Amino acid sequence: MRRKDSSPCTYQLYPGMDGRWTLRLFGRLDIDTTPETLHSVTADILKSKPVSLQVDLSGVTYMDDYGTLLINELRHSPALRDARFEIENASADAAETLKRLGPEHATRPLPAPGRKSMNIVAELGDATIGAMIGLKFFVAFIGSVFLSTLSVIKKPNTLRFDDTIGHMKTTGVDAVPVVALISFLLGMIMAFMSSLQLTQFGANIYVASLVAVAMVSELGPIMTAIVVAGRSGSAYAAEISTMKISEEIDALSVMRFDPVLFLVIPRIIAAMVVIPLLTIFSSFFAIAGGMFIGVTMLDLTTSSYFQQTINTLKLFEVFWGLSKSLVFAVIIASVGCLRGVQAKGGPAAVGNAATSAVVTCIFLIILFDSLFAVMRSYW
Amino acid sequence: MIENTPVDVGHLTVRYGDELILDDLSFSVKKGEIFVILGGSGSGKSTLLRHMLGLERPESGRIIIGDTDIAECSEKEYAAALKKIGVLFQSSALLGSMTIAENVALPIIEHTALPARAVAEMVRMKLALVGLGDYEHYLPSEISGGMKKRAGLARALALNPEILFLDEPSAGLDPITAEEIDDLIIDINRRTDTTMIIVTHELASIFAVARRVIMLDKTSKKIIAEGTPRDLKDSSPNPLVRRFFRRYDRTEQKTESNTT
Ligand SMILES: Nc1ncnc2c1ncn2[C@@H]1O[C@H](COP(=O)(O)OP(=O)(O)O)[C@@H](O)[C@H]1O
Ligand SMILES: [Mg+2]
Repeated sequence: MRRKDSSPCTYQLYPGMDGRWTLRLFGRLDIDTTPETLHSVTADILKSKPVSLQVDLSGVTYMDDYGTLLINELRHSPALRDARFEIENASADAAETLKRLGPEHATRPLPAPGRKSMNIVAELGDATIGAMIGLKFFVAFIGSVFLSTLSVIKKPNTLRFDDTIGHMKTTGVDAVPVVALISFLLGMIMAFMSSLQLTQFGANIYVASLVAVAMVSELGPIMTAIVVAGRSGSAYAAEISTMKISEEIDALSVMRFDPVLFLVIPRIIAAMVVIPLLTIFSSFFAIAGGMFIGVTMLDLTTSSYFQQTINTLKLFEVFWGLSKSLVFAVIIASVGCLRGVQAKGGPAAVGNAATSAVVTCIFLIILFDSLFAVMRSYW
Repeated sequence: MIENTPVDVGHLTVRYGDELILDDLSFSVKKGEIFVILGGSGSGKSTLLRHMLGLERPESGRIIIGDTDIAECSEKEYAAALKKIGVLFQSSALLGSMTIAENVALPIIEHTALPARAVAEMVRMKLALVGLGDYEHYLPSEISGGMKKRAGLARALALNPEILFLDEPSAGLDPITAEEIDDLIIDINRRTDTTMIIVTHELASIFAVARRVIMLDKTSKKIIAEGTPRDLKDSSPNPLVRRFFRRYDRTEQKTESNTT
């Protein structure tokens, strides 16, 4: 084809009688000329709304698929909705391209599953159906977790013990440094901030009470849960979704393993064991942090700080904090696993699963923490 | 009848949402044969396989494995039907956290009462069968794609299944490795009389030994050809089928002229 010839495309639009128009195209119809020509011709046609349009291609020296696109776009332009459309004098080359690429080819809209343009009602309906399917999946998941838990209780040797220990290590032991550091700093901050007020009343010693009560019943469980959600909730989702997309979960199913028993239960049990323990660590380190501030800045002695802490803390606070952390553990492990199992599609699904696991976990942790607070006020 | 047709699919229709994926497929597989399901990518081969494995339930139709219709049976019957089945997935689906040996051992430990030493011995035998004797302690991430397929095959064969399903066993491998895998599959079929259902989009060497072939079509969602490889190659009335095979002829000629 004459690719060297670089005369740009021009066009002439002749109004005929009774709205019968003729469009004459000249020169090259390619990627450089098509967009501009399309714009201006469409604008012209829109103004005049012809009843028929004859496209004369006799002046066209070169035409490729972009040229075909131009013709097809004109043919289907809303201004020509009921108009007749004819093509004349297409060169052999042009006729060939037109035949090969259009027009039936281009009249069909590209299928775009899921991205269909819809009205609000249809979209609302679609979203509702989607939510219902999600809910159904969620209920089925909770159900099978429950059944698998029962079967483990009945036959403890069906538990994958080694895996459970492994998850305890990655979820619990490996999290100790970060939980310890964060809690120690948090204890220091709380002690320091409260001392600013309490020193005015000479009530320095109550810094110990404040740090102890706040950490043990409230901040310890929630801080630990959030840290573990970020570390392990996302890891669970990423691990399981990777297995999902690489067909490993299907392979387990056809080898007659119960994927929930194999993958989910060990993680839930591991989380339920180590998260309360991490919570205890967290409170412990926070109290240590508070004590550090108390001793270095507030002229308290280690023993008086310690004594005050012991005196303030009731067994109930400890029990309350631990119950919460047990609930958070179940939330983190099951949401992480659920997001993993729900993953669909290619490798991008892994990232999405991890992100949405963390978001859902943190939301549910805060939500349940508020529920606990409400419960406690009616205790 | 049941004895000789371990797999029988009838009027299977599958839809994802509004989209029709498989339309009224019927075929049956005879005992001991190599049965090939051909089709371009996106023609629904994997979908068909997932339904034949009972991983998903079809909109309508029957899928009989042995004597159970896994499209509508109880959990217990399904588990019993799965006993007959081994699967090599398209992505091998080895568990990434376990070594090759542990992967192969997994079903043996779970479903037999063999002592640990015997399990290890059986694993060694299965790995030797697929030519992976020296790779027991490697993780899946440490071996090549062809080796992963071999390991997946060893795991699929671990419990000596009556029916072996293989999803694109040689796809994504270089031609030589692909041919080795094909030869391995043919060899195993010959030695063990395992019924093999192989899904593929390419006319690999395995095709030459296939007893029967069906071809799925992406546009009509139906089976557009069924028969022996020779039948399809020489005398299919369908132009699509003939085109598919003509391309194969050309590549075959090329390889022949290269080797001479
Ligand atoms: N889970 C799913 N949800 C929706 N559509 C799917 C799903 N799985 C596959 N499909 C669609 O079904 C068709 C067939 O896919 P598949 O069976 O993977 O083809 P093949 O294995 O022959 O390449 C494709 O068009 C694919 O987009
Ligand atoms: Mg596939």
